[in-house]
Parts: sequence; C-alpha cells; structure tokens
Amino acid sequence: MSHKVKDATIPHIPTGARISRWIGRNLIRIYAVFAFTYLFIPVAYTFAFSFNDSGKSNLIWKGFTFDNWQNPCGAPEVCTALANSIKIGFLATFFSTILGTMIAFAIGRYSFKGRSTSNLMIFLPMATPEIVLGASLLSLFLVFQINPGFWPTVIAHVVFCISFVVVTVKARIASLDPRLEQAAMDLYANERETFRRVTLPLVAPGIAAAALLAFSLSFDDYIITNFNSGTIKTFPEFVYASAARGIPAQANVIGSAMFFLALAIVITGQIVGRKRKVSA
Amino acid sequence: MTKDSISAKGDLRLTRLTKSYGDFTAVDDLSLVIPEGSFFALLGPSGCGKTTTLRMIAGLEEPTVGSIHLGSTDITTTKPYQRPINTVFQNYALFPHLTIYENIAFGLRRRGIKDVEAAVDKVLDLVELPHLAQRKPTQLSGGQQQRIALARAIVNRPALLLLDEPLGALDLKLRRQMQIELKWIQKEVGLTFVHVTHDQEEAMTMADTIAVMNEGQIEQMGSPADLYDNPKTAFVANFLGQSNLIKGTISGNDGDSHVVDVFGQKISLPKNRSHANDQSIYAGIRPEKFRISRLGTPTSGNILTGGHIEDVSYIGVSTQYQVEMPWGQELMVFEQNDDGVAPFNKDEEVNISWEPVFTFGLRGDEDATAGSEVNPEELDEE
Repeated sequence: MSHKVKDATIPHIPTGARISRWIGRNLIRIYAVFAFTYLFIPVAYTFAFSFNDSGKSNLIWKGFTFDNWQNPCGAPEVCTALANSIKIGFLATFFSTILGTMIAFAIGRYSFKGRSTSNLMIFLPMATPEIVLGASLLSLFLVFQINPGFWPTVIAHVVFCISFVVVTVKARIASLDPRLEQAAMDLYANERETFRRVTLPLVAPGIAAAALLAFSLSFDDYIITNFNSGTIKTFPEFVYASAARGIPAQANVIGSAMFFLALAIVITGQIVGRKRKVSA
Repeated sequence: MTKDSISAKGDLRLTRLTKSYGDFTAVDDLSLVIPEGSFFALLGPSGCGKTTTLRMIAGLEEPTVGSIHLGSTDITTTKPYQRPINTVFQNYALFPHLTIYENIAFGLRRRGIKDVEAAVDKVLDLVELPHLAQRKPTQLSGGQQQRIALARAIVNRPALLLLDEPLGALDLKLRRQMQIELKWIQKEVGLTFVHVTHDQEEAMTMADTIAVMNEGQIEQMGSPADLYDNPKTAFVANFLGQSNLIKGTISGNDGDSHVVDVFGQKISLPKNRSHANDQSIYAGIRPEKFRISRLGTPTSGNILTGGHIEDVSYIGVSTQYQVEMPWGQELMVFEQNDDGVAPFNKDEEVNISWEPVFTFGLRGDEDATAGSEVNPEELDEE
C-alpha cells in the first residue's frame, strides 16, 4: 500500500476478468437454475405427456388433447387403484399419526426403563431396506395365516410410517418450552386440561407435518405394498404393471394432479406461516 | 383436602424445607414465615436455592424434607393447580397460541369464574394495556409481556403471588420503572408478593422484608434498612452494597460500646451492633459513611490516621476514593459532592473518620470477601 496512485481515472478491467467476476457473482444462481432444471424435467415431462393424444402407449408425442384430463378414469382400473391407494393412505396416516404421536410424547417427555432402547428401535424400520421389511411382513402374516390384502397392507404401511411420525413430532415436543405447561398448571389447569389447551395446540403443527409425511410415504410405497397387497392393486402397483405394455396417459394426469395438489398445500402452508409471522 | 387448599389463605410458613438432587442440596433446612400482605424478597446469587424455594412454594417441585403451610392448610404435596398461588415466570411463559385476552382469562376459565370479561378488562386497565387484548404475545414488547404476565397472575386474586426474576429481561430504565409500578400494584391489590431476585437494588426498592440466601440457607432476614445498616455476616455485608471490613480485636469496653484495636488504633463500636462471638472481630463501615479530612483538620468520632489516596474517581453525585491505610488495606470512600470542598487529589495524605454508630461488627473468623466476588449483573438464570 506504500505506492502512490498516480492518476484518478478508473482503471481498465480486462474483458476476461470482467466475465470471470460476473460468473463468480452469479455462480450460485447459475447452479440453482441447473439444479432446478434437473429436478423438474421429469415432472415437466410427466405433465406435458398428460396432454398426449396417445391411444394405448404414451411413449411418443402424437398430438395435444384435453381428453385425458376430462376423463381421468378412462384407462381400465386406474381409478380403482387410485381409490385403494387413497384409502390405504388415509387409514395408515390415521393410525400411524395417533400411535406415533403417543410414542413421541412417551419418549420425549417421560423417563422410563428402556427409553433409550425404544428410541433406537423406532429408527429401525427407517433403516431397514424396504425389500427386507416387505418380505418379513409377508412371512409374518402367512405364519399367522393372514392372507395378503387390504388390511395387511394398511398394517404394513403403519409400521414404516410410525417411525417418521415419531421423529417429526418428537422434534416439535423437544422445542416446546416446559414452562408453558408449568404456567398452565400454575393457572389451575389440571394435567388433562394442560394437555388439551396448551401442549396439544402447540405441538399440532408438528403432528400435521407428520401426517402429511405419512400420507405421502404410504401413497408412494411400492415395494412393501407389492409383498402384502395380494389381489388388491394400488396406484404405484398399477403404474408399475402397466409400464410393461405402456402407461396410459391417465397415470400422467393423476401424477400431475397429485404434484400440483402437494404444491398447493405447501404454498398455502407457507403463506399462512408467513402471515402469522408478519402479524407476529 | 384439595378442596380446602385452593381457598387457603394466611401467612406462608416454610418449615425445615430441604430439596436435594442426588448429592447436591439446593435448599438446606430452610424455615421461614412470610406474613400475609407483605412484599417479600428472596435475594441471593445464582445457585443459592432461591428459585428452587419458589418452585416448591408454587408446587412445581416437591420438597425432599419439610412442609409448606398456607395459613393452617398443609399444601406441601398438593398439585400446582390446587394451590391459590400464581407465578410470574422468568421469561413470562405467555401462551403463544392464545391472545392476550385469552392468556389472562386462562386461570379464570379453568376455575369456572363467571364474568371473565369484567375481570380481564379491569386487570388490563390496571396494567394500562387495554388496547392489546386481541394481540398475540409475540407482538408485544418485553415490557408489555412482563405486564401481561403480571396481569395473568393477579387477575386470579391468589393468596400468594410469586415473581421469579420478573424484571430480569428488561433494560435498566424499564426495570426501574417497573419496580415502582410493581410496588404500587402490590399495594393496590393487597396480595402477598414473594419476589425472587439476584439484584440487590431491585429487592431493596420493592420489598418490605428481604431474606438473603446463600448456599441453600438464609443468611439474614430483615427490612432493607436493617440488612444494609447492620449486616450480620460478611456475605450480607458484601452482597448488599459494598463494605469496608477492617480486622481488629476487642480490647475493652466503654459503656455500651466495645473498644476495638485496629492495627494499633482504637475505634468504638456499639455492642448491640456487634455479631462477633469472641475477641476477634471485623469492624464494618459502609463507604459512604466515611469522611476524608486533610491532616490537621479537626474531626470527631472514630478516626483512622495515615491514609494515602491511591485513586480518585469522580462520578457526578459522588467522588469515590481508594485510600490505602498503613496496614496495607485499601478502603473505599464515597464522598457526596455537596459540601463545596475541593475534591482530594491522588497521593494526598489524609485521615478517615466516621460516626461510631455506623460501625457494625462481624465475626473475626469469617471470610471477609464472602459474597463480594459475585457480580449480580453477570448472573442471570439459574
């Protein structure tokens, strides 16, 4: 820094340096564009081909049509499979959310013998390869002479959804200030009222997130379902089976609809959350 | 019995209360009576057991040994919601999902009180925040949250109101204002307040009676003036304000006073202000009680000669001096800047004098620094 600046004119920056500086400044943005393109190309492809006037096989673009969207149940069995998936999804979500929330409270709030063991065991279904879990469940059902079908599939889904519910709800419970419950007790609320009026409302967002997660996991599952569903066909199974002879465009319609529904839920959640924060 | 406990009232009596966590004793054989209608402060450094004591009174901790009575009712093992006691929590603990109105109404609704609205409106007026009823707690400033926490507790008209470091999270100016307001509200509603704090100034501003706690026990209890003017232990002398403790020996008596030999100089100490149990004694004098005089100026009362001014700090209302005595001890002297006398300079040779009635005597075997290392500002939560 000892040398003097001789003239005050802005020094000329060579073009090469200017380009590399621009890249340096925008690298993250460029990277983001590539990453999102990579992520959304399959979604965009699925969405685009839901408008394909495809006939039997939906592999080659044959022309634009709204027929598939106007008649989403047009392909044989597609809506039966979808209905099965939704039914199983709701039931699995219902049971796994209730059971998982109860487990999360037990592990997150109370100390008992075997607490750390149960904490570890909860992670096992998440860590076990699905193919192993699916096969084991099937053999378990067969040992008890239960035939694969609707309810065994629901039970199987509850098994793997519970872990995710427990982990999600437990995180929310851990962030809960215990003084709020103490304050409720101090203000004449007994244990049950404290839970109903303070604990539960504060943990509710975590439970809702857990339920959404459980539903999407259940709806999406192919491997475990395939072992245990017997003659029942779920939507993923339908798509997989029809892949051999050409997936009907209706599958694209339903897939796209699910995507936009999920997107809408996420955006709504964000808006509600932001509004709450702004007013907060 | 639970039915009785909710309507219990009267003095709060803690009897031989002990709380242990494994090997650690947080509260050690504490007995205490808090008279109905008083503003009582539990004062002590972090970890002295004051918050644990408060939590046992609230019912959030169960004592290991001992009992808690409210009037004639034993409430030792009753649940928090069965006690006519409400708490203002350290960080307020307002329910974030409820409006201010619903926060305040919470206790009334749980007890099935009629005319919730009138009670809530009245208490919101009392804390001067009626316009915030429909807001959520996170929309309020710290000072407002503090008042709402107070309103949420006093709206229930409890027999006892517990305040756990209620002003700890506020800035200094707001804290001063709230101290005065709390005191006023206590008089207005006429409830018994038990206030836990590590801030000696806060305790002295508000409380009628202060119990100074140290290591799970009460060191001394009394009015703020009692504790300040006549502390019984070095811990109290140092924790409440600042003290000069000078080592000496009781060498004789002169009427109602002891004659104390302090490194060869004689001073007088009223017998009824001495807490020494043998000849060995610490003579204690508060810094503002000292007077500095130039050599040769006439002085009265107790005099210590041979001082040398080591340091002078001018801080507006007063000037603080560090005066080194012939035996090596540095005494602290606060002089009001009100007498038109030019301040003394560094390195001046001076005498120090004071009225003998301001002297207090502590046991000579005490640790003269007890309670002084603790900087209350640094200690926040326990």
